[in-house]
Amino acid sequence: MNQPLQRSVGGEPVCSQGLRPLCSAERETLGVRECTCISDESDGLLEFCDVPLKEKKLLEVKLGELPSWILMRDFTPSGIAGAFQRGYYRYYNKYVNVKKGSIAGLSMVLAAYVFLNYCRSYKELKHERLRKYH
Amino acid sequence: MNENLFTSFITPVILGLPLVTLIVLFPSLLFPTSNRLVSNRFVTLQQWMLQLVSKQMMSIHNSKGQTWALMLMSLILFIGSTNLLGLLPHSFTPTTQLSMNLGMAIPLWAGAVITGFRNKTKASLAHFLPQGTPTPLIPMLVIIETISLFIQPMALAVRLTANITAGHLLIHLIGGATLALMSISTTTALITFTILILLTILEFAVAMIQAYVFTLLVSLYLHDNT
Repeated sequence: MNQPLQRSVGGEPVCSQGLRPLCSAERETLGVRECTCISDESDGLLEFCDVPLKEKKLLEVKLGELPSWILMRDFTPSGIAGAFQRGYYRYYNKYVNVKKGSIAGLSMVLAAYVFLNYCRSYKELKHERLRKYH
Repeated sequence: MNENLFTSFITPVILGLPLVTLIVLFPSLLFPTSNRLVSNRFVTLQQWMLQLVSKQMMSIHNSKGQTWALMLMSLILFIGSTNLLGLLPHSFTPTTQLSMNLGMAIPLWAGAVITGFRNKTKASLAHFLPQGTPTPLIPMLVIIETISLFIQPMALAVRLTANITAGHLLIHLIGGATLALMSISTTTALITFTILILLTILEFAVAMIQAYVFTLLVSLYLHDNT
């Protein structure tokens, strides 16, 4: 029972009376959230009471669970590559792949590049400070 | 001061791992691909620029030479973007390393020359003797033309290296001079700063021009040989 979705001014999905939006997790669909309207009555069937630790996002993990959450992450090469790919598409779809992209999308990348190069060459640069004793 | 001047040209290595690989691969992040007819502004701008450059550069070639279009366009994009990224503060420019430029120049030149020798042997050999030379001069001229042929890849590589390295060095020196003069005489420091601004504008132009020249010369060698 999927109805067409309307978006409010703020970009949040709204549905007509008796329906609620259900959106995919941003991480699985590579930065784009796909939403549909489903019937309100199917509330109880779709919500888990307890989301398993593995699928929680970082901000939902409690502090005590943090070490076990980190250890459960996928550290295989394909997992790491997947993480980089998700991160890239998240940034790309938010700042570059939009209707009216601005220079900010590119400038943030270049600023991060400058910062990383500064960190890399800090060891040589710290000798150039204006100090009496280096 | 002497050691500081050249530390920015040392190949970056972190904990023994070559960081330079990541730096060389970084410009590819700045050229996203899009399958759509109407893409975002960033991709549209790049596609427009690429179309302009490819039309201008590949129009002189015949159909055999135009098979090199992808190679030449990636070459100019790579060298242009690498040179421009090197103008950011603290960054490392791979094209300042002679090894890298030789690695680009020699295979491309050799490919063009060998294509010429395989497909149009007589015409390629005829390049060694310009038309209308007096007979006594022929042996010397063949030697000179051979030397000039073999110097082409060296010149390509050294031209790019020297231009970019010299530009970076000048920026370092004049920037350092401005800082040192600030406490001594502000007027001279302001003049030096103006020179620095002009130099930076020049370096932006040089970055793009060198990419263009490199690719143009390779395309010229190709044109001679197809």
